[in-house]
Amino acid sequence: MIAKLKGNYGSGMEPLTYAGQNYMVVDRSLIPEILQVLRNEEQFDYCVDITAVHYPAREKQFEVIWVLYSFARNERIRVKTQIKDGESLPSSVPVWAGANWLEREVFDMFGIKFDGHPDMKRILLPDGWKGHPLRKDYGILQQDNEWVQINLGIESGQ
Amino acid sequence: MTDPNTTLSPLELEHHDKTYLDANELIINMGPQHPATHGVLRVILRLDGEKVLGLECVIGYLHRGVEKIGEHRTYTMFNPYVDRMDYVAAVSNGLGYCETVEKLLNVEAPPRAQHVRVILTELNRLASHQLWLGTHALDIGAITPLFYTFRDREEILKIYEKYCGARLTTHAFRIGGLQYETYTGFEKEVKNFLTFFRPKIDEYEELLTTNRIWVERTKNVGNISAEDCIALGVTGPVLRASGVKWDLRKAQPYCCYKNFDFEIPIGENGDTYDRYLVRMAEMRQSVRIIEQAVDALPEGPIMAKVPKVMKPAAGEVYHSIEAPKGELGYFIVSDGSTQPYRLRVRPPSFVNLQALDAMCRGQLVADVIAVIGTLDIVLGEVDR
Repeated sequence: MIAKLKGNYGSGMEPLTYAGQNYMVVDRSLIPEILQVLRNEEQFDYCVDITAVHYPAREKQFEVIWVLYSFARNERIRVKTQIKDGESLPSSVPVWAGANWLEREVFDMFGIKFDGHPDMKRILLPDGWKGHPLRKDYGILQQDNEWVQINLGIESGQ
Repeated sequence: MTDPNTTLSPLELEHHDKTYLDANELIINMGPQHPATHGVLRVILRLDGEKVLGLECVIGYLHRGVEKIGEHRTYTMFNPYVDRMDYVAAVSNGLGYCETVEKLLNVEAPPRAQHVRVILTELNRLASHQLWLGTHALDIGAITPLFYTFRDREEILKIYEKYCGARLTTHAFRIGGLQYETYTGFEKEVKNFLTFFRPKIDEYEELLTTNRIWVERTKNVGNISAEDCIALGVTGPVLRASGVKWDLRKAQPYCCYKNFDFEIPIGENGDTYDRYLVRMAEMRQSVRIIEQAVDALPEGPIMAKVPKVMKPAAGEVYHSIEAPKGELGYFIVSDGSTQPYRLRVRPPSFVNLQALDAMCRGQLVADVIAVIGTLDIVLGEVDR
């Protein structure tokens, strides 16, 4: 399968293995197509997880990762892409309905927007909160003091 | 003019001009402080009379930023934190975390440690299912099962307490194996418990399986098809009750599960009653696994050779286990330092809760309670 995809997409996709686990780094522009192909042709019908990693020193600051599983093949694969701050990704909710909350969480924690998502808003933090806590430049003791003071009526939650 | 009702979610509708609602439609808020939402879950229901037209979950009340904390602690220091996610199945959380870090470090726990891990994790599955059964039955109106299951769960917690000093957030495992050797008489006590517990499952079933009220409240309630489960990423007993024979312990065996003989119980209709039957059957299978693990408990060391200061080579690993609620995954990115660069938890409850809307549409308000119970969510894990 990986050889076939590599043949089709060439330099846009690089297959890698670490600790016996397969993953591929894919160009941002190929993401919608590759996810579709994996779902429809390669039977990766279960989207296990969508998450991101922040590397502030890089030009393309964010890595977004899809963890996929195929019931028919009993196989896992991870798809990874790199995007700049402020860049958005196409939503995979039409591909896997379960991507809905997972994408909302990535938006909530990293501020990465997914185009075409039916309900792109925060999920764990309150709607008016400022900042995205899983970015590396967000301190561990940092909080949205203004939100806390207005909504909870206390000076600080700490 | 387009009717906003078709495009707005219940939460938006709540703040919206209500004149757009049909005369029979209501927006009702349930929770976050509600005894039947199993924690602080807020559900906004859109109703036509008693019929649910749609609902939206508002979560995050227990958000503690576990993933952020993970990035600021060493691998060893973070270990106790994972117990606080699914706090009724703390041992499973610990198993998933320790195995993921072991994968990063490229070490494997010794056989004795693996067997003790299986025994404690399966005991934990029993405890988790007992808590589910007690509270689920209580929500539906049967109060007796709660007393029965809590009485018997106590025996499991006693074993934990004797083993590691804690009952709920046990921190039972260490990266590389176990910190504590089993106490004297451990095997005997576990076996005594199994003998004590086996007839108790029959006792629970006697109370409920053919109970007319129970059957009426659960059959054909909250149906979900196998296709919908897979599309939504729902795992665990909920997926199996819809007829998909999939359990990570068999599909991608971890720890030493491949040594044991057990079956994967499945249901047919994907309704609340089938999910009840699947979990009851799972308890019997767990008893079988524990029995085999105790019988085959090998002698030997309980810790692999792990460095005191853990610095896994740069790389990333995703590893998941079959927790009582479904697939519990950890994705850890190491940059070669003593702390994870990124630590992601893929919680089963969070993803399963997404199915609540699909399962409740067209049902009655009272059934929402039954469906929340049958999903077996723990808000500590949903919100992290």
